Amino acid sequence: MPLSWAVFASFLLAAAGYVIGRSRAFATAGPDVRKLHSRPTYHGYSVALTALLPPLAVLAVASILRMAGVLSDSAGPVAGLVALAAAVAGLAWGVMRVGQQFQARNAVERMVLGLLMLCSLIAIVTTAGIVLSLVFETGRFFQLYDWKTFFFGTEWTPRFQGNSQLGIVPLLWGTLYISFIALLVSVPIGLFAAIYMSEYATRRVRSIAKPAIEVLAGIPTIVYGLFALITVGPLLRDYFAQPLGLGNSGSSVLTAGLVMGVMLIPFVSSLSDDIINAVPQSLRDGALGLGSTPSETVRQVVLPAALPGIVGAVLLAASRAIGETMIVVLGAGASAQMSLNPLEAMTTITVKIVSQLTGDSDFNSPETLVAFALGLTLFVITLGLNVVALYIVRKYREQYE
Amino acid sequence: MTDMPLSQPAAAPERRTGSLLAQDARTRRRNAAESRFRGYGVAAIAISMLALVVLLATILSGGAGAFRQTYLNIPVTLDAAVLDPKGNRDPAEMAKVLTLSYGRVLDAAVEATVARHGIQIEGLTEKDIDSLISKEASAQVRNRVLADPDLVGQTVEFDVLVGGRIDGFFKGRVTMDSAARDSNTSPQQLQLAQELADRGEMVTRFNWNFLTNADASDQRPEAAGVGVAILGSFYMMLVVLVLAVPIGVSASIYLEEFAPKNRLTDIIEVNISNLAAVPSIVFGILGLAAFINFVGLPQSAPIVGGLVLTLMTLPTIIISTRAALKAVPPSIRDAALGVGASKMQSVFHHVLPLAMPGILTGTIIGLAQALGETAPLLLIGMVAFVRNFPDGLPGGLMDPASALPVQVYNWTQRSDPAFIERASGAIIVLLIFLLCMNLLAIWLRRKFERRW
Repeated sequence: MPLSWAVFASFLLAAAGYVIGRSRAFATAGPDVRKLHSRPTYHGYSVALTALLPPLAVLAVASILRMAGVLSDSAGPVAGLVALAAAVAGLAWGVMRVGQQFQARNAVERMVLGLLMLCSLIAIVTTAGIVLSLVFETGRFFQLYDWKTFFFGTEWTPRFQGNSQLGIVPLLWGTLYISFIALLVSVPIGLFAAIYMSEYATRRVRSIAKPAIEVLAGIPTIVYGLFALITVGPLLRDYFAQPLGLGNSGSSVLTAGLVMGVMLIPFVSSLSDDIINAVPQSLRDGALGLGSTPSETVRQVVLPAALPGIVGAVLLAASRAIGETMIVVLGAGASAQMSLNPLEAMTTITVKIVSQLTGDSDFNSPETLVAFALGLTLFVITLGLNVVALYIVRKYREQYE
Repeated sequence: MTDMPLSQPAAAPERRTGSLLAQDARTRRRNAAESRFRGYGVAAIAISMLALVVLLATILSGGAGAFRQTYLNIPVTLDAAVLDPKGNRDPAEMAKVLTLSYGRVLDAAVEATVARHGIQIEGLTEKDIDSLISKEASAQVRNRVLADPDLVGQTVEFDVLVGGRIDGFFKGRVTMDSAARDSNTSPQQLQLAQELADRGEMVTRFNWNFLTNADASDQRPEAAGVGVAILGSFYMMLVVLVLAVPIGVSASIYLEEFAPKNRLTDIIEVNISNLAAVPSIVFGILGLAAFINFVGLPQSAPIVGGLVLTLMTLPTIIISTRAALKAVPPSIRDAALGVGASKMQSVFHHVLPLAMPGILTGTIIGLAQALGETAPLLLIGMVAFVRNFPDGLPGGLMDPASALPVQVYNWTQRSDPAFIERASGAIIVLLIFLLCMNLLAIWLRRKFERRW
């Protein structure tokens, strides 16, 4: 890999530049270092940066050009050599600049500020990358497949021979059904846990219960998925679905929903905890002073005051549930159907993204490209929920600040 | 002012008389509601704790078996006529001998052992005896012989892997009843295994190979390990560490300390908080479309996984770093500026060192999140079956590798139930790594935390 060697050499040159620049600065200062505008280390940094930044820029431009197809792969060594030349030129220019009057500190600070700005732009670039890649491929999908059938079709039967039915409605139904069950589990439990911890619990109980609930948040989703697959699924099948005659599959909407609900408990509880703590103490004191019991205070004063924030928290939890993948891949099954029976296997948008994009995929067939359209739909739904939720939460915080 | 009422109230409406300690119906109702409400809270916390305990208990009990493995200790006569037909002990020549021949040598060795102990079991077939040991065992012996050609012609003691069903029998997963219905094993075979174990030839002991082996094919769960997955995860964490930490910290320094309040920085801020909530699978789609299809990086390579996880972790790191920077009181900045430091100097010499513990904690938590992430890695081809270890750095970043959480997913998709045990075992390894990272974060926070 010649390019990695070029990078390595540039860093070596930069390190050498630091030493040279610093000693040159001492040399030009003569016996009295105070004659320098900047401290010698800044001269060193300035030379190091002028030696390092040009080759990195050259390499970045070269790799962008290579991606865009302007340069061929064989241009790699050439780009490496150009980068090295740039490094040497930068080093020489930097060394020449060292002098008593040279404002090395200001120069270094300008360069560092530029680098910091560049880094913060990466967030924008990422978002743009997500949107562009999704929109571009979705556009190709809609050239091959009718958008009305995609958004309103109630049948999902991809076939490799072509002529597939790719309607999103059954996937959306499964997604919303599972998310609904997950919220049904997590919102009451999370909310009551938060209320208990902020209004009733002693310091000791709080110091044990809060970290324990937070551990649930730190467990990777694949662990929950495996739990759904080997424990919850068979349990529900053997004790509920089969005796009641409602189905005999281990993976079901209820399996995925329950496990996802457990996953969301810490999320709901920590968000609600913040929000309940933000309700001013004076409201509680007023209610208690009028003779209401603590539970009446919570129900009639604290919760109504915190309601907008809690709604925001529920929306954030919903967006998590909709975008969750591993639990549904392992717990919900793969059959795209619309039914009300929670013990039946259904599937979600995320499951189908995984199944359409893993394995050998042909990026010109609608069966593969549909995953990008599904991804865009998912992105838009979760983004919308988030924007609304963050707006509500922020509005609510301002109210009591 | 008098204690006496001025006039007798005419028919006071239900005046409450009697002791305050005796509760009336309404108070009782209210108090009951109060304790019910408290009960709901306790129940909610109890349910979440119970869920945590059950979750960890099932995974730990299910996965503990993966760390123990049954071996059969047999003397194998390495027949020179079969293993080195030319007879010149040339490793290149001997490499032409397939594992099939080693399998025959091993079969003979197992049969000899059974005969030596004089074990007689009714209905025991030759196939039962031969399939006692793993299909992987012949490769095991072959590698050992190729490494040391002088062994040929001698009789050497080998600890060979036994088959997955036999291993499962000693761990309680396979019973006589299930064996009777299973075409891959039989009650007679299990009886033979029991006899051999009673005579001390077959032992179950700690399974280092689980941590160092690569994945194995569908037929031989007993040989599968998480070595490649651990290495792949390590490479990806390295990429995330090298990219996400400097970029994330610089971005937050700029946004928190230098950025002017204008439209662009507003957009960046909203963007970051929204990126933190984008479903992880969308990052996988981005990785597939941008890094693999557009840039042309290889599939299943740790570098692609690392890049995707970097993009995913950046918002987490930025948000926690900004919180840490915000917690440094402005008096520190003012003091530095007051004695003549430039803005940049005040940030890099004073604010940043004070915010370091918070930044480190946030970074470790972000890394822990990235380590456990599965969904985006599925899309960039990390599910592929990888038997070879990736090279050393930096070339190894381009080689196919697996990752711990993906390996778990991979094993859940196999038909043999022995792989479920392996998957739980891999999760234990993953959880141990996560536990260490979180303990490190807690320790850092405790050690360096400052109250202003």
